[in-house]
Amino acid sequence: MITISNVSKWYGKVQVLNKCTTKIAKGEVVVVCGPSGSGKSTLIKCVNGLEPFEEGKIVVDGISVGDPKTKLPKLRARIGMVFQHFELFPHLSVIRNLSLAQIKVLGRDAAAAVENGMRLLDRVGLREHATKFPGQLSGGQQQRVAIARALAMDPIAMLFDEPTSALDPEMIKEVLDVMVALAKDGMTMIVVTHEMGFARQVANRVVFMDKGDIVEDAPTAEFFATPRSERAQMFLSKILHN
Amino acid sequence: MFTNIDWDVILRSLPYLFFDGMRFTVTLTLLATAVGIVIGTVLAMLRLSNLPGLSLVAGSYVNLIRSMPLVLVIFWFFFLVPYIGQWVTGGSRPIQVGAFWSALVTFTLFEAAYFCEIMRAGIQSIPRGQVQAGQALGMSYATTMGYIILPQAFRNMVPVLLTQTIILFQDTSLVYVISVTDFLGAASKIAQRDGRLVEMYLFAAIIYFVISLAASRGVRRLQHRIAIIH
Repeated sequence: MITISNVSKWYGKVQVLNKCTTKIAKGEVVVVCGPSGSGKSTLIKCVNGLEPFEEGKIVVDGISVGDPKTKLPKLRARIGMVFQHFELFPHLSVIRNLSLAQIKVLGRDAAAAVENGMRLLDRVGLREHATKFPGQLSGGQQQRVAIARALAMDPIAMLFDEPTSALDPEMIKEVLDVMVALAKDGMTMIVVTHEMGFARQVANRVVFMDKGDIVEDAPTAEFFATPRSERAQMFLSKILHN
Repeated sequence: MFTNIDWDVILRSLPYLFFDGMRFTVTLTLLATAVGIVIGTVLAMLRLSNLPGLSLVAGSYVNLIRSMPLVLVIFWFFFLVPYIGQWVTGGSRPIQVGAFWSALVTFTLFEAAYFCEIMRAGIQSIPRGQVQAGQALGMSYATTMGYIILPQAFRNMVPVLLTQTIILFQDTSLVYVISVTDFLGAASKIAQRDGRLVEMYLFAAIIYFVISLAASRGVRRLQHRIAIIH
């Protein structure tokens, strides 16, 4: 469903992505991991065109992201994205956060958008917080609202950019639980994360990146049992140690 | 000097001071603020846009206006606009704009430059992630701006915008240079006519002080009420 082929990207003279190539099939869950600054976030932001790239090609559901003729807003409306810092709209109530894009982008009428929003709040266990403002919720709750907001657009795939990195430890589980349930429902997901437990539990494949390269791209069990590259071995030994 | 103070002159001239003078002052302040904020916001979006031509034009305009004394701009507009109008329309005489319209247009365009800088700071104070969140949901530039960025920028900047309005309220007294009668102008006329300079200028000072103080107190209270919970 998502094909990334030979994607390279530079910030000025610094190369941040180097000929990245991978494929994500429908219903597949792929975890992207690697040291910070390795280009993981940049890569998934290229998938929905939030970051432009200079070389290579990304095709999502038959649509080329880098093609100047592609209507990016239309494409983005079909790909959900969850950010490290939630990025809920702080001046809008929770339910308005969920309904705004449904109304303005998908053209749903307000009542239907709210109903759909409430259904998704139910799914992430936050129905009773619908009229609150994001600032009144805990970090974990905010991230669950952010997931619900993305799901409200009925996306064909979901991108997660370090969804638990900004959370206190005791809140990580509630967010991961929602993501695990989503994965088990068959959602196509690309997840940038350091949560190796999550990767083991639901990922079909793990992509390991370092310094802009995709160093390893292996089925989950294989990646953990026998990482081929030295860099991946080092990364795993560091991260699994704690 | 203070031996024969006549406070009665104030009472006698109250209707003139407020119905003629203050009404003009308040009208000019409110209209110039409302339209100035709209134009200023558009200028701010142009300055921040990546359309090089428009960004440069908006930036140059703002810098030009902000480096000139208001009185000079008022003069310029009042004396020059009729001739520019004549040149544009190709008429045989200068276009008569009228002092009120001339003042209104001048203050609006002048304040727009200041409101532009305030709104620009307001827009820049919103984290980039908010724009990305809007984009990621498929929102267009207009929707992201109109529903996500500007409402937050505006709310953050309301205190500064209103403080600028209070300054504008005081600055409107400069219309005396084109012989428009605002509150201070009205007080000044009575003072000259009746030889009651002390009473009238003292009264005018008190009124400006009371209104400005009350307004800034109001701003502070409003600030608490509309603050976004973070």
